[in-house]
Amino acid sequence: MTGPLAAIFRRDLLLAMRIGGGAMVGVVFFLAVVTIVPFGVGPDMNLLARIGPAILWIGALLATLLGLDRLFQADADDGSLDLMMMAPTPLPLVIATKAAAHWLATGLPLVAAAPVLGLFLNVPPDAMGAVALTLGAGTPALSLIGAVGAALAVSLRRGGLLMAILVLPLTIPVLIFGVAATNAAIVGPLPFGQPFMILVALSLMSLVLGPIAAAAALRFGLE
Amino acid sequence: MMRLTAHALTCQRGGRIVFADLAFSVDSGEAVQVTGPNGAGKSSLLRLIAGLVRIEEGSLVLEGGDPEASIGEQCHYCGHQDAFKGSLTVAENLAFWTRYLGGGGQGPEAAMERLGIGHLAALPAGYLSAGQRRRLALARLLTVARPIWLLDEPTAALDLASQKVLAGIMADHVAAGGLILAATHGPLGLPTRELAIGRAA
Repeated sequence: MTGPLAAIFRRDLLLAMRIGGGAMVGVVFFLAVVTIVPFGVGPDMNLLARIGPAILWIGALLATLLGLDRLFQADADDGSLDLMMMAPTPLPLVIATKAAAHWLATGLPLVAAAPVLGLFLNVPPDAMGAVALTLGAGTPALSLIGAVGAALAVSLRRGGLLMAILVLPLTIPVLIFGVAATNAAIVGPLPFGQPFMILVALSLMSLVLGPIAAAAALRFGLE
Repeated sequence: MMRLTAHALTCQRGGRIVFADLAFSVDSGEAVQVTGPNGAGKSSLLRLIAGLVRIEEGSLVLEGGDPEASIGEQCHYCGHQDAFKGSLTVAENLAFWTRYLGGGGQGPEAAMERLGIGHLAALPAGYLSAGQRRRLALARLLTVARPIWLLDEPTAALDLASQKVLAGIMADHVAAGGLILAATHGPLGLPTRELAIGRAA
């Protein structure tokens, strides 16, 4: 069982790294969102420091969703999805593996870039770790929830916008607890542990439910 | 000894009945040529056997196969889309599918040599011609062992020499006790039984 999953993990990572793969598109988009905020908000350092973690989280959320509609659409367009569904490997495991490869190629660079981009927003240096930690715990949930939307969008041509509408409401809890945990670490008064635990729980929950729901959506998309 | 039997199969796609009450059986060691006019449901029949289209009515039974696996898991489906990524090389594409589908056949190098694409191994698949892509798709038949081959227009875009190679590969598979269902308009180059489907019939 490890052979097929390792193969698909490796292939998806290779595809993301190659030209046109889109591994860096998310980071560039993240950079664009975060850099224009200070121009819009103005040079109020205190205000930037206060909204900084939230801006980083919103930027990471949108950057994750940016390339997600291609997660299954690319495989559906060239017939790969047909062969994947015919193979003996359980579809939810294949989806979880694809989501893991997607997170490693697009989510992890966001986590790595967040502390650097935090400098633009006057986020205090000791809070950078909290931002990176909450993003690291929360972005897997975004990839996994997004996989459900991506699977639903496969049966609809040009389903990209629909995917964003479907997925965004489901990601709101992740955003709320991600930002809450970050703020708790920076200013208090709430303890950091509580919202962070809920954030981790959201990630674990979507790890279990996301692949099953996405597999059902893909099977339903069959004629 | 394997036998694939269909009873009163009905296929519906997009709310339209493609074919109804289709009955046939294929034994191991047999190559069946599915013929019919455009839109008769040749491709739909192959996708239905592969498990990619829902069976509306009727049943499809495989005797003598692996009881643990579904029919689709014992099939090769070679359709119009070849499932290759343009940014991966020929060798990477074939190696991926061989590993993903479980292998059990020839090595990828031997398969590529047999189909005459061995010299293209390091080229990204996006640069291949239609015939070369088709040959790469056929190489998957050799690297992964499956008893049932579902081939949709296997000779499309192939030159005469490649068609002969394909006929040889299919003859080997049939001789080894495999089943082939091929939807095609032209001759396949090996003894086949014809299964004609069509709305007029």
